[in-house]
Amino acid sequence: MTRALLISSVMLTAILAACSPETSAPQADTDYQDTLQTQLLDAQPGDIITIPAGTHSLNRGLSLSVDGVTIRGEGMGTSILSFKDQVAGAEGLLVTASDFTIEDLAIEDTTGDALKITEGENIIIRRVRTEWTNGPSTKNGAYGIYPVQTTNVLMEDNVAIGASDAGLYIGQSKNVIVRRNRAEFNVAGIEIENTVDADVYDNIATNNTGGILVFNMPNLAQEGKRARLFRNEVYENNTKNFGHKGTPVASIPAGSGIVVNSNDHVEIFDNDVRDHRTANVIISSVYSTNYAQDNANPEYDPYPEAIYIYGNRFSGGGNSPDGLDLKALKTAMYGLTGRFPDVLWDGFKNDAKMVDGKMPEAMRICINNGDTMMINADGPGGYKSPTKDMADHKCELEKLPPVTLALAD
Amino acid sequence: MWRAFIIGLVTALLCACSKTPSEPVFHAQGNPEILSEWNILSVDGKDLRLSGRVVPYDLNSALFSDYAHKLRTVWVPDGQMAEYNDTETFAFPVGTIISKTFYYPRDGDTDAVLKTDDNTAQRLNGRFDLSEVRLIETRLLVRREAGWAVFPYVWNAAQTEAKLKRIGDIIPLEISGEDMDTAQFSYIVPNVNQCSGCHATNATTREILPIGPKARHLNKDYDYDSASQNQLSAWQSLGILGPISILGDAPKNADWTDSAQTAAARARAYLDINCAHCHNPVGPADTSGLNLEPDAPHGPALGICKLPIAAGTGTGGRDFDIVPGKPEQSIFTYRMASTNPAEMMPELGRSLRHDEGVDLVTQWIAQMDGRCDRG
Repeated sequence: MTRALLISSVMLTAILAACSPETSAPQADTDYQDTLQTQLLDAQPGDIITIPAGTHSLNRGLSLSVDGVTIRGEGMGTSILSFKDQVAGAEGLLVTASDFTIEDLAIEDTTGDALKITEGENIIIRRVRTEWTNGPSTKNGAYGIYPVQTTNVLMEDNVAIGASDAGLYIGQSKNVIVRRNRAEFNVAGIEIENTVDADVYDNIATNNTGGILVFNMPNLAQEGKRARLFRNEVYENNTKNFGHKGTPVASIPAGSGIVVNSNDHVEIFDNDVRDHRTANVIISSVYSTNYAQDNANPEYDPYPEAIYIYGNRFSGGGNSPDGLDLKALKTAMYGLTGRFPDVLWDGFKNDAKMVDGKMPEAMRICINNGDTMMINADGPGGYKSPTKDMADHKCELEKLPPVTLALAD
Repeated sequence: MWRAFIIGLVTALLCACSKTPSEPVFHAQGNPEILSEWNILSVDGKDLRLSGRVVPYDLNSALFSDYAHKLRTVWVPDGQMAEYNDTETFAFPVGTIISKTFYYPRDGDTDAVLKTDDNTAQRLNGRFDLSEVRLIETRLLVRREAGWAVFPYVWNAAQTEAKLKRIGDIIPLEISGEDMDTAQFSYIVPNVNQCSGCHATNATTREILPIGPKARHLNKDYDYDSASQNQLSAWQSLGILGPISILGDAPKNADWTDSAQTAAARARAYLDINCAHCHNPVGPADTSGLNLEPDAPHGPALGICKLPIAAGTGTGGRDFDIVPGKPEQSIFTYRMASTNPAEMMPELGRSLRHDEGVDLVTQWIAQMDGRCDRG
């Protein structure tokens, strides 16, 4: 029977060949790409796909849509997927799957985003490096590590360098821990956008335009709230903004440490934040990013409310703000050689919520951080009547609960 | 028993080589390595012909794919029919095979191809003189028990067979036309996951669906061999489509090339078929908040004065998706005109700029009233 099978298979092959003359073989440098993409297509839940040591040159975006797969390299300096010659694909690797883990590899020089993960649950991104190796450039791809519309996400011990938008970005997601990552030379180092329940701690953000951003944008399916930023080291994020005009991060002034934009319930504590030439902390509304209310969905809340800053170590910076408006404001308020205080607020607030001329306590910006001062820049008044009055901001807020994430235990 | 099976198989294959069985073969599982195993269409060295009961069809407005021409066919197992729906893809029975063959008119007897209007499929009605065209790929959508499965087949140079390329392919092409300079480009055959990139129109369920076979796309006349007839009523007469309440009430998209229609109707039809499979309220691009379905109201969700979210370099330095009256300030036209993979829209399915599509959307935006205020 075996022989019959063998003979028949030879016959079959001959017949098939007669029907279909061979097309030309794939080019040598895409052999690994074909192997890897085939592995990604044929993966079964529970599979581990290994990326061997070496620099693997790829020219098309990879994609995975099978749940329960792990992609594992031998180290972020060892197993490198290089997309220098990419001709197709908006990402290096696009994952549309749940229960996904990626670890110990690098994705370099993608045309667009390096690693994008959409609509999955239980996502671990660990010890992954995304980098544009020529340094900061507007020509670089937008995002390094980019989970969006995901739930239960752990991003830890990653390195993101050179993204023209955000190095580590999590958008429209729920229940997220971002810890022990390093972000350098991106426009935004770490960005939490329209996300509910994020703990961001023990990260290092330096040499970006803005260090750590918490943003809430209009016209999206989910509004962001509740983020805790603690024990992060955020310093010297003074790189000139190389973002693309029109993107939300393009409005970030160079020299921004931590930026909260239109996001409610943000707790900032126990961080080391220093030497940002605009300000160590900026609290702002989407109105300060070239945006008008009538362009937003009606239920959107553009005001940053319930922001609690305490127990941080701030130093240096504020001496040379980016942008003419801010420069003029700084000089007017603090003189040529003076500096902004550590917290800069653009001053947009929801007048409809005021009670007896004051914001209810639970919705205020509260600063309980030693002698840390804040300036209200009077954005709504065209920066005409800025104020240093802290009376309404020496307050405390109820602390947010920690994020509970089984993946992180 | 094995031997009998194998002999049978060999006989079947020999038949496939020499003689065309009347109807397609539905494979309920597996990944047939060559297109002829499905017997949707056959090539005899000179002609390409459709198998029995394989129905060619066309869309009012079609996706742009690097000026490729497309021969679309549907085959529904005998005695079964698809269920009509006013807005969604028709519900096809298990066993249905939908095919789309991408090809170009050849530039003489070279391998270079020509940019011409895509009407040869209709003119030839599914029968090609193969010497006049270059076959690139045939994609199948097959309705199996578990759902729709996708199969991209790439034609060989001799145009005698197409082989399954689940990982996709890059085919270098040279194209020229009366109104364009000769261009070299990489024609991209999508991999199986990338098929889902467009055909999984709901990013949460990730269910793969055909995009074209919807009432509004099919509601047009087609020049069949016998006579010209509305496709929806033809499908009914052929017994492959179930009852429609009132044919006259069926929705109908504009033909985007029909200059007798308004720029708005043409542009919305163009955006529907080129963009809305991702840019719908539950689609893969719902992350952007942009909705380009035909019923999306005029407002931020349609892109009017809408800020980009994660466009990155795709903004082209422009502030809003659409600035009424100002196409040159609108991100729409920038991303449509770009061929950089990091910024172009659609993200997949083209390497060339669709000049005529960009012109249409430019005209539509230019006619809009209003302005975008800044904060």
